[in-house]
Amino acid sequence: MLEIILFSLLNGILYGLLLFMLSSGLTLIFSMMGVLNFAHASFYMLGAYFAYTLGMHTGFWPALILAPILVGVVGSLVERFGLRRVHANGHVAELLFTFGLAYVIDELVQLTWGTVAVPYREPDYLREPLFTLFGTDYSIFRGVVILISILMFIALWYLLKKTRVGMMIRAALTHGAMVGHLGHNVPRLFMLVFGFGCALAGLAGVIGGPLLATEPGMAATLGPIVFVVVVVGGMGSLPGAFYASLLIGLLQTFFVAIDASVADILGIFGLQIDPYGEVARITLANLAPMTPFILLVLMLIFRPRGLMGELEP
Amino acid sequence: MLEVKDLHAYYGKSHILNGVNFHLEEGEVVSLLGRNGVGRSTTVKSIMGEVPPQGSIRFRGKEIAGLPSHAIARRGLGYVPEDRDIFPTLTVRQNLELGIKNPRKPGKWKVQQMLDMFPNLARRADSPAGVLSGGEKQMLTMCRTLMGDPELMMIDEPTEGLAPLIVKQIGELISDIANAGVSILLVEQKLSIAMDISHRVLVMGHGQIVFEGTPEELRADDAIRKEWLEV
Repeated sequence: MLEIILFSLLNGILYGLLLFMLSSGLTLIFSMMGVLNFAHASFYMLGAYFAYTLGMHTGFWPALILAPILVGVVGSLVERFGLRRVHANGHVAELLFTFGLAYVIDELVQLTWGTVAVPYREPDYLREPLFTLFGTDYSIFRGVVILISILMFIALWYLLKKTRVGMMIRAALTHGAMVGHLGHNVPRLFMLVFGFGCALAGLAGVIGGPLLATEPGMAATLGPIVFVVVVVGGMGSLPGAFYASLLIGLLQTFFVAIDASVADILGIFGLQIDPYGEVARITLANLAPMTPFILLVLMLIFRPRGLMGELEP
Repeated sequence: MLEVKDLHAYYGKSHILNGVNFHLEEGEVVSLLGRNGVGRSTTVKSIMGEVPPQGSIRFRGKEIAGLPSHAIARRGLGYVPEDRDIFPTLTVRQNLELGIKNPRKPGKWKVQQMLDMFPNLARRADSPAGVLSGGEKQMLTMCRTLMGDPELMMIDEPTEGLAPLIVKQIGELISDIANAGVSILLVEQKLSIAMDISHRVLVMGHGQIVFEGTPEELRADDAIRKEWLEV
């Protein structure tokens, strides 16, 4: 039991950190530019595939740095030559643009790398156990992922709080036009933030690819969950996105680990629901993929502004 | 210095500016007067590029209509908007620092000098600017624009909603800015301030300039005041 709790906790945090790497970029882009980027998870997928291909030439570690940069460049170009023109026609046009872009990227990935998973894996020595508890190994790679995530958060915090560009970004979050009136190139700032957000998604892909799977469905699997994180955390709130990422990461991991059925749990409270046997025998593990969306629905009904958001979606 | 010719602007389908013509010379303080909704703020916004302008706006002889607002600001135009737009999550000091266009080429105004001028700002220098009072926010936003070394500053309704004592301070600050050699285009509702500190006044009505003259000339012209200014 303790083993399950401990490993679920570790894996839940790991998954949550990965979610935050995606949702932080999405949140920054949304609160600054008002663009809900439907293609965000596609940049995550690109990160994994770029790292896979680059890794064959440069090895794992250089690819870990180069792939996110490359994804960031692709993102900047998308903003500069696509989104910026579409922006003139309002938010609906932008939404549709990113929606279409997600499909384009998905198709391009399938054309380039095929429709089945590619063997993108961490080097063998990273698969050695970092530590062993109750006979279960925790791999070095998972430790590395947690370390990279934490380093990334420190870097993000430093960028936003301590640098001049970060000051401009924080100012533009609430008063974009005024930043321009002071003589700062806001369109360029938008391009940088969009590129940076995409690079973060790319980094999540680089480390998420070996953990989950590098396959053409990976964007479609994680994309909706990232949106749930942003809504549950509160649209436009970075701290909200952080807490929601961890919450959903932990919830999903714990649900997977719990083999009890709905009937078992009701049984604890002395309730018998035999007539509905089929439904009652669904285990929490079966419900795990649904938990983020149940949370989304409940959140929208009972607290539409999310955990820490100021605006309603 | 600034020459506006046949300026038109639209919000959606409504025609707000209907051929605005005026000019402003180096070192001048000019006030743009008129009732609410006649297009004074829109005039300033379209000069700054926030509302798309049609017509000609020349600053120091060069056409600026159609440029993005950061490029207009870099030409030497400063803009203090009506709703002040301080950055609430940044500290007072950071607000001032963001006024600097290029940290490698700092201008003649210094952050410390601003803080020395306004002890209220100095006391809150490292607090989030969101906690400031209305008057302090107005001071901050004017100081912030000054940090960018503007040659012409456009100030939109700086005294709106402020107590008389603070209105007086703001009038003094505007005079100080003018004495430092910065030209000023002031949008103001309160006739007394505008009359005190302006070299010339413009009166707007229905999206056009309907009067142009010295404060004395406006004082003498009962008909204009009655038709376009008094409620």
